[in-house]
Amino acid sequence: MKKAVSRVYMALVFLFLYAPILVLVVFSFNDTDTKSRTVWSGFSLRWYEMLFEDRMLLEALRNTLIIAVCAAVGATVLGTVAAVGIHSMKSWRRKLVMNITNLPMLNPEIVTGVSLMLLMVFVANLFGVTLGIVSIILAHITFCLPYVILSILPKLGQMDPHLYEAAQDLGCTPVRSFFKVVLPEILSGVVTGMVMAFTLSLDDFIISYFCSGTTQTLPVFIYSMTKKRVSPEINALSTLLFAVILVLLLIINIRQGKMGKKAAKEANV
Amino acid sequence: MGEKPILSLQGITVAFDGERVLQNLNLNIRDGEFVTLLGPSGCGKTTTLRIVGGFVRPDEGDVFFDGKKITDLPPHKREVNTIFQKYALFPHLNVYENVAFGMRVHKKSEKEIRRTVHEMLEMVSLTGFERRSVHRLSGGQQQRVAIARALANDPKVLLLDEPLGALDLKLRKDMQVELKKIQQATGITFIFVTHDQEEALSMSDTVVVMDKGVIRQIGTPQDIYNEPKNAFVADFIGESNILDGVMHEDFLCEFAGRRFPCVDDGFAAHERVDVVIRPEDIDVVAPSADTLTGTVTNVTFKGVHYEIIVDVKGFKWMIQSTDYQEVGAEIGLRIRPDDIHIMKKSEYSGMFGDYSTFSDEMEEDMAAAEEAEKQE
Repeated sequence: MKKAVSRVYMALVFLFLYAPILVLVVFSFNDTDTKSRTVWSGFSLRWYEMLFEDRMLLEALRNTLIIAVCAAVGATVLGTVAAVGIHSMKSWRRKLVMNITNLPMLNPEIVTGVSLMLLMVFVANLFGVTLGIVSIILAHITFCLPYVILSILPKLGQMDPHLYEAAQDLGCTPVRSFFKVVLPEILSGVVTGMVMAFTLSLDDFIISYFCSGTTQTLPVFIYSMTKKRVSPEINALSTLLFAVILVLLLIINIRQGKMGKKAAKEANV
Repeated sequence: MGEKPILSLQGITVAFDGERVLQNLNLNIRDGEFVTLLGPSGCGKTTTLRIVGGFVRPDEGDVFFDGKKITDLPPHKREVNTIFQKYALFPHLNVYENVAFGMRVHKKSEKEIRRTVHEMLEMVSLTGFERRSVHRLSGGQQQRVAIARALANDPKVLLLDEPLGALDLKLRKDMQVELKKIQQATGITFIFVTHDQEEALSMSDTVVVMDKGVIRQIGTPQDIYNEPKNAFVADFIGESNILDGVMHEDFLCEFAGRRFPCVDDGFAAHERVDVVIRPEDIDVVAPSADTLTGTVTNVTFKGVHYEIIVDVKGFKWMIQSTDYQEVGAEIGLRIRPDDIHIMKKSEYSGMFGDYSTFSDEMEEDMAAAEEAEKQE
């Protein structure tokens, strides 16, 4: 009995959590000419077709993917190096650096966005260039970095600190020891961090909005679409985005195992 | 065993965060020797080993290998290999690849690697375990993979950092024998770190007893046990009764209110000294005017012998005897001249060798504390 009640309760929680997305997904297949979003008039894939004929949208998608890949790779490389550095620090310095690193995660995104924009504009003026895809990539690397560091540090903590020394003892230079022994040990954390950075970059709106200049990313494009007219095309697009993020999130959670709960929380911030 | 030192530490001083870990340490190690660094935790023995391995750079002093200064040489360029406390096997590699690791780094031919790995695994009796993941090995097997991995590199000196600490007693004894055999078969110089005195005595050619970053005594196991230089060494290497005494003249000393003939000489007349008597050297006899007489206060069965605590005029002696004594009984202690070992007074005088506060619980307590410290 008790079990049944708790199950019903759980079902309700999930229903309310996912009902909006469910509606969105259902109506992305709606066959309607009036472009009404609330009247169901049969199944069709026409909005998906329209979506892939929209040149503007495809360009925004391409930009978003380029940005996400570059940001994920950039943040992962920097984050791995940073995590190794932080890990080898002594107690109080480590705490200090960790706090500085974590600050951007707690900082309101709009503040991060505006401040990054100001910096980018300043630097862009200095070199006589305008904001664009490069500035978005740099901004995304910046805000993804702490997530990557956080996903790698625990792996370094779990690793036997003597492994790195053992490799050197057997004849590896310090750099080679890192690649031959340390990296394989922390690889799962590195991959998790990279997927997380990719996800965060993919669905970021606020920071991209401020740092994009004339370049459109997908979330920014959707936002501009809603300003003009609301089309079921958005439903289709949002459904696809949701599916991609869902898959990536699942990958992260499965990979992280025990750390899963924490990571999901962070990924949802 | 060559006479020329293969390894020489000269005037080594190290401090971590302002805390002295090693003070002016001098140590020469001959080629082919089995040297044990012995001491309580925090005595600097592991730091000494890490200096030889190249993982710690001394603040002062130099390290010489085969006559060449290697103080600034990074670990990967040194002809020494280390067996780490928790083995530090590479978890992402199987047994074969772990053993082959060093040779692959040194770009040996695949044929040579296969032959050497096979040889090494045979030596540590792990033939057939090549494809096994290191996670699926027992502690003792992991230990042997670590030995094979280090020896596959053909080091001139092998450093072992408490390698048997994580094994249970029976396995530890077996591994002691096995390690000694490997050392004799290969002729490689072993530098072995341990806090277990029995291990040190049974395996080594030379024992280096350390405390508080200073070498307290260097000698053969027999020397260290029979002729300890001070109360610390006497107490750390086995159980000892250590009494305050006076050396009246050569071969005549006084302690516990009586004069005893002894075999030591070379002290000033009436010099105050520490007197060591090993608990197993004391004979229990019927009390008489010629013997020390005391009351039994505690008896513990230890398997091979009984550990008997006897109160003689307020000083508690420990005696190890195969004969049981009743608590409360009056017994006589007979001490022969060659049971008595005389030491000069040192900073450790009066700190060890009295069993008045001794109890089994305390020993267990200390063992637990040490265990906890190690796990940190």
